[in-house]
Amino acid sequence: MGLRMIVTVKQVPDTHNVTGEAMKEDGTVNRAALPAIFNPEDLNALEAALALKESVGGTVTCISMGPPQATAVLKECLYRGADDVMLVSDRRFAGADTLATSYALACAIRTVGNYDLIFCGRQAIDGDTAQVGPQIAEKLEINQLTGVAKVRHADDESITVERTVEDGIEVVRSRYPVLVTVTGSANEPRTASAKLVMTYKNIGKQACEGAYEEAWLEPGVCSAVSHIREWNVESIGADPAACGLSGSPTKVKKIQSVVLTAGESQQVPNTDAGIAGLMRELVEENIVG
Amino acid sequence: METPSRNVMVFIEARHGEIADVSRELLSAARRLATELDGEVEAVALGHGLGAALTELGCHGCRRVYYIDDSRLAHFSSVPYARETARLIRKYDPQIVLFGATTMGRDVAPRVASELRCGLTADCTALEIGDHAIKDVTFSRTLMQIRPAFGGNIIATIVSPESRPSMATVREGVMQLDAPDDFLPPATVMTEPCVLEDDAFLTEVLEVVRQEKAVNLPAAQIIVAAGMGAGDPDSLSLVRELAKTLGGQVGCSRPVVDAGVLPKEHQVGQTGITVRPNLYIACGISGQIQHRAGMAEAKRIIAVNRDPQAPIFSIAHYGIVGDVREVLGRMIKAYKTKA
Repeated sequence: MGLRMIVTVKQVPDTHNVTGEAMKEDGTVNRAALPAIFNPEDLNALEAALALKESVGGTVTCISMGPPQATAVLKECLYRGADDVMLVSDRRFAGADTLATSYALACAIRTVGNYDLIFCGRQAIDGDTAQVGPQIAEKLEINQLTGVAKVRHADDESITVERTVEDGIEVVRSRYPVLVTVTGSANEPRTASAKLVMTYKNIGKQACEGAYEEAWLEPGVCSAVSHIREWNVESIGADPAACGLSGSPTKVKKIQSVVLTAGESQQVPNTDAGIAGLMRELVEENIVG
Repeated sequence: METPSRNVMVFIEARHGEIADVSRELLSAARRLATELDGEVEAVALGHGLGAALTELGCHGCRRVYYIDDSRLAHFSSVPYARETARLIRKYDPQIVLFGATTMGRDVAPRVASELRCGLTADCTALEIGDHAIKDVTFSRTLMQIRPAFGGNIIATIVSPESRPSMATVREGVMQLDAPDDFLPPATVMTEPCVLEDDAFLTEVLEVVRQEKAVNLPAAQIIVAAGMGAGDPDSLSLVRELAKTLGGQVGCSRPVVDAGVLPKEHQVGQTGITVRPNLYIACGISGQIQHRAGMAEAKRIIAVNRDPQAPIFSIAHYGIVGDVREVLGRMIKAYKTKA
C-alpha cells in the first residue's frame, strides 16, 4: 500500500521582486500587483514526497488554499507527479492569519482521510512566519519535525530526518503520522515532466484561467476542471466562524511603507586621502584595532 | 472578578543546559513592557537540571520562573514542550508571552498558539504598548507587534487584543540586552512535575552533532558585508580580504544567498541574522528594508555603493560613493600602511 502522503502548497506573490504599490489600504496584500509563483520551499516539500513515492512507494495528494488562480500551483504538482490535487477555495477563507489558515488546512486534510506523512514548506515568502505547519500538526494532534534540512530515511513505520539547529545538526526519528516542514536545502526540486504536462494538458482551460484578481471562488466555478477537486467551507466541514478574518486573532493595525530616517551621514570622498582619513578615525575611536 | 494579570512571560530556551542569549534579551524587552503595563516579568522553562541557572535570571528583572524539570525534557521535543508550555500559560495567564525566533521557538510557539487559539506574530523587530480600538471597544495597553512583512517591503503593526495572551517571537540580537542588575533579587523558581505520559514523547533523538559555525555573525564586532554590487569574484575576494584584515567576518544580503554566491549563514537581514556589531561595512548593498532590519543597530555603518541614491546611505554614518573594488582596495591599503 505504501505511504499516504499529503503536501500543502501555496501560491505566493513573488516578494523577492516587489515593485510599486503592493499593499492595499486595509493592510492586505494586493496580489494583483505582483507575479504569482509556487512558494519555493513548498516545491521542496513536494519533492520530498515524490522522492519517497519513488523509493518507498505510495501516493501524493497536494492541497492548496487560495483563490482560483492557485490552481496554477496545483497543476504544477500534477506535472511533477502528484496523484491527486485539491483546491480549498471559498471567499470565507479570505483574510486568514496563520491560525485560521491552519484550521482550514487541517479540516481539508481530515477530509482527505488517512495519511502517514504531511509535508509542508518551512515557510512562505509572503509572510515568512513558519507557523502554519506546526499549527496544522497541533490541530490534527500529530507530531511535527520542523526545519528539516534532509530526509535521511523512511520506511513503512517511521521517518528519520536531519534538522539544522543553532549549534549543529540533530538527527531525529518519528513514527507516523507526522508533519514535516522542509527547508530549501532539503533537496533539488524536479521540474515539470513533459510527459505529464501532455497528460494534463487540458486542465484548466475552462473557468479557472484568466486575469489574476483577489476574487475567491464561488462554489462550483471550477467544477468543470478535471483532476482538480475544489472544496469550500462546507465540503471540509469547517466552522465558518473559525475561518478567514473572523477566525483570525491577529489583526493588522497599521501598515507603513518604510520611511528612511536621515541620519547624520558623512560623505567620504573616494580618494586615497579621504579613505585613509576614515580608517584613521576608526582606529582612533577604537572601532577597529 | 479578579483583574487579569498584566504580566509578561518569557519562554526560556536552554541549549545543552545553558540559557540562550535570546532568552536574556527577551527578559530585557519584557521588563520594559512590564513597566509600561504595571505588571511583572515571569518565565516558563522546561528541561532538566536548570534550577541554578534559572535563579540567576533575577538579574534581568525576572521575578518568577515556572519550571518543569524532567529528564525526558532534557532534549527538545515538539509535542511535550508545546503541551507543557501551553498548560503553564493557561495556569498563570500572562498578558504577553515572548519566544525567541530560534529553531526551537519557531517550532513550539505556533503549536502553543494553536492550542490556546491566541494570536502569534513571528519575527517582531519592535514591541510596544498602546491602545487599539475595534469598533466601539477600546483595548487599552495592548501589545503592538511590529515586524517587516511582505519580504521586508513594509512594516506592519499587528495586534491581537481579543485573545489572550498576545504572543510574539523575536530573533536573537534584535532586542537590546540590558546589563545584568546584581541588586535585583534572584528569581523564584517554582518547580512543577511534567504531567505527560511517555506516549507524548513522539520524537526520538538519534544523534546530536554539535558544530562550531564557520561564521558566527551575532558575535562579530566587525562585519564586512557584500551585496549584489559586490557579488562578482573580484569584489568578493576584496570583501573577504578586508574582513580578514580588520579581524571581522563576512556578511551578505539576501540576493547574494539567493544567487548561491554565499551560504545562508552569512545572510544579514529580516530573513537572515540580526547583528549589532561595532562596525558594519555594507559593500554594494542597496539597503532594502529587509536587509536594514538586520543591521541598522550597528554602532558605525559605512556604506559603499556606486549609486548615490541607494537607500543604504540614509542609515550610514559614513557614505562612500564609488566602485566597490576601488574603495575596498583603498581601505585595505590605508589600514595596512597604518598598521
